Amino acid sequence: MPSDPDNPTLEIHVRDLAAVARFQDRAAFARLFGHFAPRVKAYLLRLGADKGQAEDLAQEVMLAVWRKAPAYDAKLASPATWIFAIARNRRIDSLRRDRRAQIDAQDPGLLPEPEALPDRTLDAGRWERRLAAALDELPAEQAQMLRLAYYEDRSHGDIAQSLRLPLGTVKSRLRLAVARLRTMFENDR
Amino acid sequence: MTHPREIADEWLVDYAAGAAPEAVGVLLDAHLSLCPQARATVARLDAVGGVLLDRMEPAALAPDALDRMMARLDRPAPPAAAQAPRATHPLLPDALIPYAGADLEALAWRKVVKGVEEAVLPTGLPAAHKMSLLRIAGGRAIPAHTHYGDELLLVLQGGFEDGHGHYLRGDVCASDETVTHQPTADRAIDCLCLAVTTGPVKLTGGWGRLLNPLLRLRG
Repeated sequence: MPSDPDNPTLEIHVRDLAAVARFQDRAAFARLFGHFAPRVKAYLLRLGADKGQAEDLAQEVMLAVWRKAPAYDAKLASPATWIFAIARNRRIDSLRRDRRAQIDAQDPGLLPEPEALPDRTLDAGRWERRLAAALDELPAEQAQMLRLAYYEDRSHGDIAQSLRLPLGTVKSRLRLAVARLRTMFENDR
Repeated sequence: MTHPREIADEWLVDYAAGAAPEAVGVLLDAHLSLCPQARATVARLDAVGGVLLDRMEPAALAPDALDRMMARLDRPAPPAAAQAPRATHPLLPDALIPYAGADLEALAWRKVVKGVEEAVLPTGLPAAHKMSLLRIAGGRAIPAHTHYGDELLLVLQGGFEDGHGHYLRGDVCASDETVTHQPTADRAIDCLCLAVTTGPVKLTGGWGRLLNPLLRLRG
């Protein structure tokens, strides 16, 4: 179990997820719910869900957290990343009705496969703290692209249209942002 | 060159952010299942989502939200074993099965030109997007064309060459309005591709120009 003395909140979330996985610990789950459910709801509202939908979907996401906790691997992702992926996938499932829901490959507990991450010995939490700092240091125009994608559900094509930028400009800004994150990751190995 | 090659980053950002339209998302699901490099990049980009989720200003929950949640925990999960056994197909990634089924011959194949057949797979909005399976007989070619939007071709069997690169199973050939190409299947084996277009294609060859009005109608 990774521990991160510089980020007690993260450490508590990891411990709570482990307690849910091993002992179906309800107090631990209630803590996770208290932190993540309001954020998942806010995320869904931001992407255009109405209040009722966002409330219901946040419940579904947290129920999935309860049931899938044994699949969580702290070496692969922080709790926030894992829950983000569940929320994203549940939202897409609900948009595509039940078509995608029947595919287990979408299960964030199964993706990515461990061998896909050569650097998995690196503590995901430590890396994510640095990622948060790196996001703040991205040039404004690159950070804007990521915000529009994650917070406003805009594909790179939509971003180009709504900002009236050439498609090539949007692509190169996104590629620069991702390249920066990749470099950061590789330097850390 | 190693295959499969990871698709360009902007598509993986769309995917990780949950912003890919349905047909594009399905193609990326299929690509990811075949390409470990792309999966690793998406894992990094998921972490961006994790950071942004943690930074969300929390929204107020309904007053009974926690009670409602706790009451649901004891209900058993729907048993996975009770579901019908999942269909599979040796060439089709699982993500495609809900759209294409598991029997390629049961699809409504339509001849495009000699040696090229297409089966359109229905998806949701937007209506301008089209997802289809393409079967190109060994050595045959899709007529030279350019695009009004994006075109993504994911190779599922065999391979093709289009003057810009050689693509094998798991590779995605991504083209936009700046690219004119004529994908030509390798001779050895028929090529099966998943194709997604976000706008009509525009034929550029001599005969092709005459065919454009016909093609655009069904774009």
